[in-house]
Amino acid sequence: MSILTTVYDVTLAPFVDFGFMRRALVACIALGLGSGPVGVLLMLRRMSLVGDAMSHAVLPGAAVGFLVAGLSLPAMGLGGLIVGLAVALLSGLVSRTTAVREDASFASFYLTSLAAGVLIVSLKGSSVDLLHVLFGTILAIDQNALYLIAGISSLTLVLLALIYRPLVMECFDPGFLRAVGGRGHLYHVLFLLLVVLNLVAGFQSLGTLMAVGLMMLPAVAARFWAVSLPGMMFSAMLVAFLAGIVGLNISFHTGVASGPTIVLSASGIYLLSFLFGRLGIVRQRLSRPHLAG
Amino acid sequence: MSCPDLKGAPIHLENLTITYQRHPAVHHVTGSFEAGSLTAIIGPNGAGKSTLIKALTGNMAASEGRIDRAGMSASRYGYLPQAAEVDRSFPLSVFDTVAMGDWHRLGVFGGMKRQDVARALDALDKVGLGGFEQRRISELSSGQFQRVLFARLLLQDAPVILLDEPFNAIDERTTRDLLTLIRHWHDHGRTVIAVLHDMSQVRQCFPQTLLMAREAIAWGPTEEVLQPHHLKRANMMEESWRQDAHACELHEEQA
Repeated sequence: MSILTTVYDVTLAPFVDFGFMRRALVACIALGLGSGPVGVLLMLRRMSLVGDAMSHAVLPGAAVGFLVAGLSLPAMGLGGLIVGLAVALLSGLVSRTTAVREDASFASFYLTSLAAGVLIVSLKGSSVDLLHVLFGTILAIDQNALYLIAGISSLTLVLLALIYRPLVMECFDPGFLRAVGGRGHLYHVLFLLLVVLNLVAGFQSLGTLMAVGLMMLPAVAARFWAVSLPGMMFSAMLVAFLAGIVGLNISFHTGVASGPTIVLSASGIYLLSFLFGRLGIVRQRLSRPHLAG
Repeated sequence: MSCPDLKGAPIHLENLTITYQRHPAVHHVTGSFEAGSLTAIIGPNGAGKSTLIKALTGNMAASEGRIDRAGMSASRYGYLPQAAEVDRSFPLSVFDTVAMGDWHRLGVFGGMKRQDVARALDALDKVGLGGFEQRRISELSSGQFQRVLFARLLLQDAPVILLDEPFNAIDERTTRDLLTLIRHWHDHGRTVIAVLHDMSQVRQCFPQTLLMAREAIAWGPTEEVLQPHHLKRANMMEESWRQDAHACELHEEQA
């Protein structure tokens, strides 16, 4: 009985006793629902680092929102969305019209954005404000922020369901999709919109520097558990949920910052998946007799 | 192997020029792929063969001249891209890959009905991969994967079929089976155009040939095209562009 009580105290009690912990948990679950599948598609499109660059690109927009309205998620989110999308589209335009590859043009734009964002925040805010924007404040999420995050996750799932077929075709065989008249660029842009939206949802919780953490780490971990695309998406969601629960608990009990702890929990799950996942290294190295044909 | 008759459509190229950064990859090509013809496009590396195929699919715009598709939309053409352009590590099943061939019937939102599923399974049977539908494409050999892409073409059921290097890194048996499929398409009146490198294949199986070296060196019956003087002229083509190239005189004359 006492063991059960201890387990309850350690794992569930923080969420039962404190509203801010419940809101943080719901935010993590909502983030995982949207960011998990988007991260899997980013990884499969070999754009994992582009996601990271985009998360930095959100910063100047968020900073302008901060200058105008203070620490208000809708204002910062809207600013982040506009600048994030602009960077994504401009990077794509530069790489399509010049010899510069897409990753290089993303790098140029995101470095510019990051520097501009930090400069803008420092114009008005204190270093504490800057830390909020860079590293997030998941424990300070209020009702409105939660609605915004949940709204973005819902929109992500609906839009992904609607464009799933052409998006998969565009990842797998873009020439074929164009040849059958499937307007690949449209789906690419819609997908980039989803990436930026989910990064905006993530930056209140995890900050612009780590918003991509709950997008990419669960996606890469999912590679060690599933072989089908829906399976990977589902696994990525589960890893994100788990990282949220574990990270929030560790943060609550040890008093360390919650955002980095959640991302480090996702890293821990990635490491365990790499070692012990269904397609992980240990299972592969297990000496089993080969099959006859 | 049965294959319903579907009249192929002609394609006429009129002074077609396609450029990369103003350098021509296809240069002032004029001629016709007749309805129901079976044509090989051959030529050295950099001759513009794949660029021409991409232009026929509508993936590349003409810098000059035009492609007359006799009223048919390019999106109704069947297209087999080069193997290198397809991501074989993508987590897709064989069935889902073949089902992409049904795009013109299903579009973005259409659901597969029982007869659509049956047609996809039938296409897999025809390329010798019956029972493979649930396998991952990453588990297949190069030859099996090429068979899957041919099954997708079968499902496209297109009057014009464009193949970009269909037999690269494919063994003899698979090549033989897929060539049989191509002959069936031709026998049933479809227009088939394939980029190839193997001259003996071209001589044996393709009645028409277009020999390219950016411009059309020769175009017509295969035996006439594959004359030593034509091949010699094609092989003399410089593989890379000239950095100091001046503006094309033919373009200036037309301007």
